[in-house]
Amino acid sequence: MAKIVVHQNKIEDREAVVAICPFKALEFDSKDELFLNAACKMCKICVKRFPEIFEYVEDKLPSVNKDDWKGVTVYIDHIEGDIHPVSFELIGKAREMADKVGHPVQCLIMGDNITKIAEEVLHYGVDEVFVYDKPQLHDFRIEPYTAVFEDFISKNKPSIILVGGTTVGRSLAPRVAARFRTGLTADCTILDVQDNTDLDQIRPAYGGNIMAHIYTPNHRPQFATVRYKIFDAPTRNDNKTGKLTECKILDEKLESKIKVIEVKKKEKVKSIEDADVIVVAGRAFKKEEDLKIIYELADELGAMVATTRPLIEAGWMDARLQIGLSGRTVKPKLIITCGVSGAIQFVAGMNNADMIISINEDPNAQIFDVAHYAIVGDIYEILPQLIRQIKEMKKAQ
Amino acid sequence: MNIRVCIKQVPGTAEVEIDEKTGVLKRDGIDSKMNPYDLYAIETAVCIKENHDAEVSVITMGPPQAEAVIKEAYMMGADKGCLLTDRKFAGADVLATAYALSQGIAQMGPYDLIICGKMTTDGDTAQVGPEIAEYLQIPHVANVRKIHEIRQDAIVVEMNMAESVEIQEVQLPCLITVEKDICQPRLPSFKLKLKTSDRKIPRITFNDLEDKNEMHYGLNGSPTQVLKIFPPPANTTNETWEGSSEELSKKLADKLHELKYI
Repeated sequence: MAKIVVHQNKIEDREAVVAICPFKALEFDSKDELFLNAACKMCKICVKRFPEIFEYVEDKLPSVNKDDWKGVTVYIDHIEGDIHPVSFELIGKAREMADKVGHPVQCLIMGDNITKIAEEVLHYGVDEVFVYDKPQLHDFRIEPYTAVFEDFISKNKPSIILVGGTTVGRSLAPRVAARFRTGLTADCTILDVQDNTDLDQIRPAYGGNIMAHIYTPNHRPQFATVRYKIFDAPTRNDNKTGKLTECKILDEKLESKIKVIEVKKKEKVKSIEDADVIVVAGRAFKKEEDLKIIYELADELGAMVATTRPLIEAGWMDARLQIGLSGRTVKPKLIITCGVSGAIQFVAGMNNADMIISINEDPNAQIFDVAHYAIVGDIYEILPQLIRQIKEMKKAQ
Repeated sequence: MNIRVCIKQVPGTAEVEIDEKTGVLKRDGIDSKMNPYDLYAIETAVCIKENHDAEVSVITMGPPQAEAVIKEAYMMGADKGCLLTDRKFAGADVLATAYALSQGIAQMGPYDLIICGKMTTDGDTAQVGPEIAEYLQIPHVANVRKIHEIRQDAIVVEMNMAESVEIQEVQLPCLITVEKDICQPRLPSFKLKLKTSDRKIPRITFNDLEDKNEMHYGLNGSPTQVLKIFPPPANTTNETWEGSSEELSKKLADKLHELKYI
């Protein structure tokens, strides 16, 4: 909660001062006074470079009693009874953070006829599962789901709420966060908690070439969404621990201006997020026909083929095969990138892979910063020979 | 029918770099463009206008130069535009952005349908749309990939889920965020450019809004704060292989065999 005050009399080199702002937020007004326009991102670069001109002034902070908010909550996302695996991954992270600050791990699950499914969550080492089981919650509709979430937060006051970055999560979490006038950080890739229960939320920012460490110092609850395959799921215990609490909510709170007319199943296609081995075709492929070699390699390795943004934009591959911030996040056991330069927007979607092998002609390619094995060479030469080698090895076996 | 489209000016490139020594953003090459996902929102609105009695107005929040995206929307067929600009909005996070936009939208008069793009390419959060809907207390549907029907009082849309498609009938007014599958955006028209070149772009500033509590806007109204920015960490267990393509492919095949993938 702060502003930047400009000391006009300290300005000497006007042009140099205006030029320091990367967002073009510094301007002179009609009275010839320097001011910060709406482009300011409060990055404080100007304060760092010209401390005599720019002064950072903290305002009075809104305050919250952090001791009133206890618990790390995971929203359990499910599709008609199948719990989305991201929910388990979040339970693992929630447990880790809750133990650090001595909070319980709570899970929230809502739907129709789901109490039995909720029991399954007790195998993953949580303290309490809150179940809202109502026919009105059969299909996802934003207002009733938000109302349930609101009811849960008001009654239990959790400090931290983790939501999977699924279609439902990305629609529901912001709606609930706005209802509580609190912060939400999307697509966090690293989470940790401070002793004072402040959540460290780290995510790629400014298109992905920079990591931003974000926190929510004066508001509770603290919301974060995390994509599938960022964290590891804990192993399932045979025994159940924790308790299941059935929650009640008034019917009138579940009223909605949305009517679900039909739910159509989509043809189930295996998504790259579920693949153990992925081969990636990058910009080094010059023609669409040349891609057949990548499919051949994928066949040999039992892998799925994925790609980067330029090939999607060229229309050579289905958009569902795109890895990166504007595509999917993958966490395979092995990923082989072929002719991928490694812009951070791509890397952010795959750098959690267990093993990264990268082939690129350019020894300075950014992809080599994350690769475990960096192979400097031309894909047009290496891939055909590699496939031949693999075939020979298989024959010899 | 009054349709509002929320649009944003974003950096023209994602290649913003950070100086590792000083921790300062490198400003070279930051030019601007319309957020590509917003083109689908504008196209959706203009298509509705072509088949129904509707007026399309666009709103953007940003510095004065963000007018450029409103002009572009005019060239695609938007009727009106509005720039929400004030230094008091500076430093806004998702919540404060959504709040200022909701105040601005309310200030522009009655509306039936608000359309947002799926997300922006600079923030990548996909949160502002749902938060605007919450502030305006209207229902929303995210990830809309098709509009089936538009009636006086309701709209029937297809929401794209991971494994299914949900067809929802939503009472108006409501907000939708649209996916790329919904349409193919038209190119800006030169004819419309000439026709709209002197069309005014009204501005809404802090003083025009109904809620004049400064603590609700900009950095003051932002619960989340950036503690620091830093370059992504590089992998330390890095092994580089060089040599002839024959050696390299042999070495790679051996490695894959060792890892039991062959």
